[in-house]
Amino acid sequence: MSFSSADLITALPIVFLVVWACVLLLVAVFAGRRPGLLPALSLAGLLLTEYLLVSQMGLQADAFGGMFVTDGFSIFINLVLILGGVLSVALSYGYIQRMQIAKPEYYVLMLFSISGMMLMASAADLIIVFLGLELLSIPLYVLAAIARPDSRSEEAGLKYFLLGAFASGFLVYGIALVYGATGTTLMSGIVAAVAAGLAYPIYLVLGAGLILVGLGFKVAAVPFHMWTPDVYDGAPTSVTAFMAVGAKAAGFAALLRIFVVAFPSISEQITPVLYVMCTATLLVGNLLAIKQNNVKRMLAYSSISHAGFILMAVVAYGNDAARFDVVSSALFYLLAFTFASFGSWAVVMAVEKSLGRGLEFSDYAGLFRRSPALAVAMMIFMLSFTGVPPTLGFAGKFYLFRAVLEGGYVWLAIVGALASLISAYYYLRLIVVMFMQDGEPEVHSERWLNLTAGVSALATVGLFIFSEPLVAWATQALLRIF
Amino acid sequence: MEFLLQPLNVLTFFPLVGVLVLLFLREQKNASRWVALVTSLLTFGISLWVLSLFRAEEAGLQLDFAYNWIQAAGWTIKYAMGIDGLSILLVLLTTFLSPIAILSTWNAVEERVRDFMVFFLLLELGMLGVFLAQDLFLFYIFWEFTLVPMYFLIGIWGGAQRMYAAIKFFLYTMAGSILMLLAILWLGINQGTFHLPDLIAMGGIPAEAQFWLFLAFAAAFAIKVPMWPLHSWLPDAHVQAPTAGSVILAGVLLKMGTYGFLRFNLPLFPQASIELAPAMATLAVIGIVYGAIVSYSQKDVKKLVAYSSISHLGFVMLGLFALNAQGIEGAILQMINHGISTGALFLIVGFIYERRHTREFSEFGGLWKVMPVYAVLALIVSLSSMGLPGLNGFVGEFTILLGAWGAGEGGALGSIWFTVFAALGVILAAVYILYMFNKMFLGPVTVKANEALKDLSWRELAVMIPLLIVIFWIGLYPKPFFALMHPAVEQLVTLFQTAAIH
Repeated sequence: MSFSSADLITALPIVFLVVWACVLLLVAVFAGRRPGLLPALSLAGLLLTEYLLVSQMGLQADAFGGMFVTDGFSIFINLVLILGGVLSVALSYGYIQRMQIAKPEYYVLMLFSISGMMLMASAADLIIVFLGLELLSIPLYVLAAIARPDSRSEEAGLKYFLLGAFASGFLVYGIALVYGATGTTLMSGIVAAVAAGLAYPIYLVLGAGLILVGLGFKVAAVPFHMWTPDVYDGAPTSVTAFMAVGAKAAGFAALLRIFVVAFPSISEQITPVLYVMCTATLLVGNLLAIKQNNVKRMLAYSSISHAGFILMAVVAYGNDAARFDVVSSALFYLLAFTFASFGSWAVVMAVEKSLGRGLEFSDYAGLFRRSPALAVAMMIFMLSFTGVPPTLGFAGKFYLFRAVLEGGYVWLAIVGALASLISAYYYLRLIVVMFMQDGEPEVHSERWLNLTAGVSALATVGLFIFSEPLVAWATQALLRIF
Repeated sequence: MEFLLQPLNVLTFFPLVGVLVLLFLREQKNASRWVALVTSLLTFGISLWVLSLFRAEEAGLQLDFAYNWIQAAGWTIKYAMGIDGLSILLVLLTTFLSPIAILSTWNAVEERVRDFMVFFLLLELGMLGVFLAQDLFLFYIFWEFTLVPMYFLIGIWGGAQRMYAAIKFFLYTMAGSILMLLAILWLGINQGTFHLPDLIAMGGIPAEAQFWLFLAFAAAFAIKVPMWPLHSWLPDAHVQAPTAGSVILAGVLLKMGTYGFLRFNLPLFPQASIELAPAMATLAVIGIVYGAIVSYSQKDVKKLVAYSSISHLGFVMLGLFALNAQGIEGAILQMINHGISTGALFLIVGFIYERRHTREFSEFGGLWKVMPVYAVLALIVSLSSMGLPGLNGFVGEFTILLGAWGAGEGGALGSIWFTVFAALGVILAAVYILYMFNKMFLGPVTVKANEALKDLSWRELAVMIPLLIVIFWIGLYPKPFFALMHPAVEQLVTLFQTAAIH
């Protein structure tokens, strides 16, 4: 197989980011005395990638023999991922210096991980999905443990690595079964084989199931969520913020593309599995979050429940009437989740005293009197997570429930409603502590943290009121169907 | 620009002006109070301007407008507002009670005054939006939005159990709202629009779907009303809320529930309404009697008033589900009456609480001798609440009972027993209200601390007098109030006549 310059142009944003990250690896060797150099260069690289992505808008092309695809869907996800990257760098700069974990490789690892995420969103071949997953995960294992010799961070890295490796195993095994069933790993090839009646349905279903397990680990869906609270809690908060959004978005990107594009023919067998997984994720994530007294763990469990919400959209993937709304509502929800997550992590980091300290609910008592802007921003994020208007999170739930109802899953919608209600309880608890209890929280007012929280809060409310372009964009972000 | 100059938009968003000014104030207590008071008075002025533009003889929506807001994903969400005979009185009630509530906080709220006023004005904005929105999506946004400021008003400035009460209030309301959201989505998917006038005009929702949709909407509204047996959040919220919060909670927020039935359940699901009317009326009557009996056994004055609300709103629900013109008109008027009378009762309770910091009956007695002006006002308000002829409550209850009775003859409510039990509620109301008045005001002064209590101040009188004027006005000459709502109610009732035939 040979590839042409057209292939490279189609994949330009990712190629550029990888090259940039390699260059930064060299720069990092010499950057010891200038702490601001690497984050600045990383930001520049991310922004240039964002620019390349924007210039690709409207492009519908595949490359490398159909293994890689650029379409509205991949561009949307990639823009969200880069946005997440930019916010992560902004969050990290002050924090990792304060926590004395500012190592030059930090940002480089982040960039490599982002390029892996982008690869997953563009993958039109199961092997590429696997490559993307590894490229995304390996730097994240290191990042989770970067606060070494802090034992909690080391434990987080190890745990994440062991379970991640396990998940990769499932994924590869699933891919192998699909290959066995259809004789190809190309999504277009799978579709063609099924259409021609050449596929062995049992192996295909088993393969799809194992792929679901592998990706279920990455997006932290129940029952593959066990690692999440410990890893989120133990990793440095800036890393937690990054992986909570990025890995989840990439995982869902791959999940959506694989199932909607390659496996619609077996939706009858897969949908019940997704249904159960989704219901369990919604309920378990929320019920466990109620008990948490540590804000980081609360956010970790609640992020499990948000995976459940996005899964709600995926359940209906096989329904032709709802198929387009499935994709667009999942994308929209991801965007809402991104802003609210980064915003809330920024506030958590502003209140965090030292690695792993200052994360209890009680540490937030009186935050409203101490720094009203941060408290109001946090309130907006909590309301957005709950789904109370006027926030982007409400719009996200609205479109999500719509896709579910269109697919005809009324009970699933009711479970989702119940889950939102449960989540209101623990999100409100944080608001209660911030606004209604007295205390003297210690707040680190760092410019970048404030900026991230502020921008996210504005986006959460503003993008709701002026949400039409976003909705239109998510609706047009169609998957390329073969 | 055109968008901003729509009278209804000016009305709804004017409180935001006050909020913006408040954000520039720091810990200036008096300035904050004045800004909020002036803002709410101007809002009241704007609502009077809207009233002057309103043509009472027309049945349909007026001053209405609709802009396409989110036009994507296969359907259109409109930013649509309008006012008609069903909502204008509630809008006026909101703008009328808001300055009164703010004035009542003058000495009662001493901490974080600015924040209090910000939340209060935001609440006013939300309530006005609820009564004016004509698109289901937009309505839902305002509906849920009102939760947030009220949650803070209870949670920050409430009594000892305030956090428990605030969370309970939020979760109860949200539980119902989410079911309504699913129903709204169902309508959007199957009817292709959220625009209420369009939805009503199209009609044609299958009877079985109507049944479930009715229940989903009713879940949201019945909790807000609150109908028995979904009422348990109300006593907690009321008792814990600061006086101004209780006034606005009883005065306006509960009306959002009954208004929801009137605005959405009745016209959108006429067949289901006819079908379910006996069930709703039964719950309403249980609420009337239950609220009255429980009120009687309270030891805390504020709790008594809170439980009496359950009883009074039972009347409103009974009137609505009589599904005839008298019943519905009585119900609308009774919403206003309850807002005024119960608002006033909470103020009365608030005045004494500020002086003594207790609301237990056992702490009071013989107040008439110490505070005669206060006692007279309390008497008038109590009598209005129990429905004495010549005062507002009588007109509303009487019209509702007439409606429920008339409905017995082949109407939606096939039985005279609804009227009989509701009338029993009127008698029970007299019992618990006279009992309360007797305990607190008559006889000798029993507690030493009460001997030196000061009578009402000029500011407190200024809070009460507008309410008394309305109490007498509706009681003696209710015609203008009925005139405002009559054409719209007639139009609504024809809907049931056509629905009953099908």
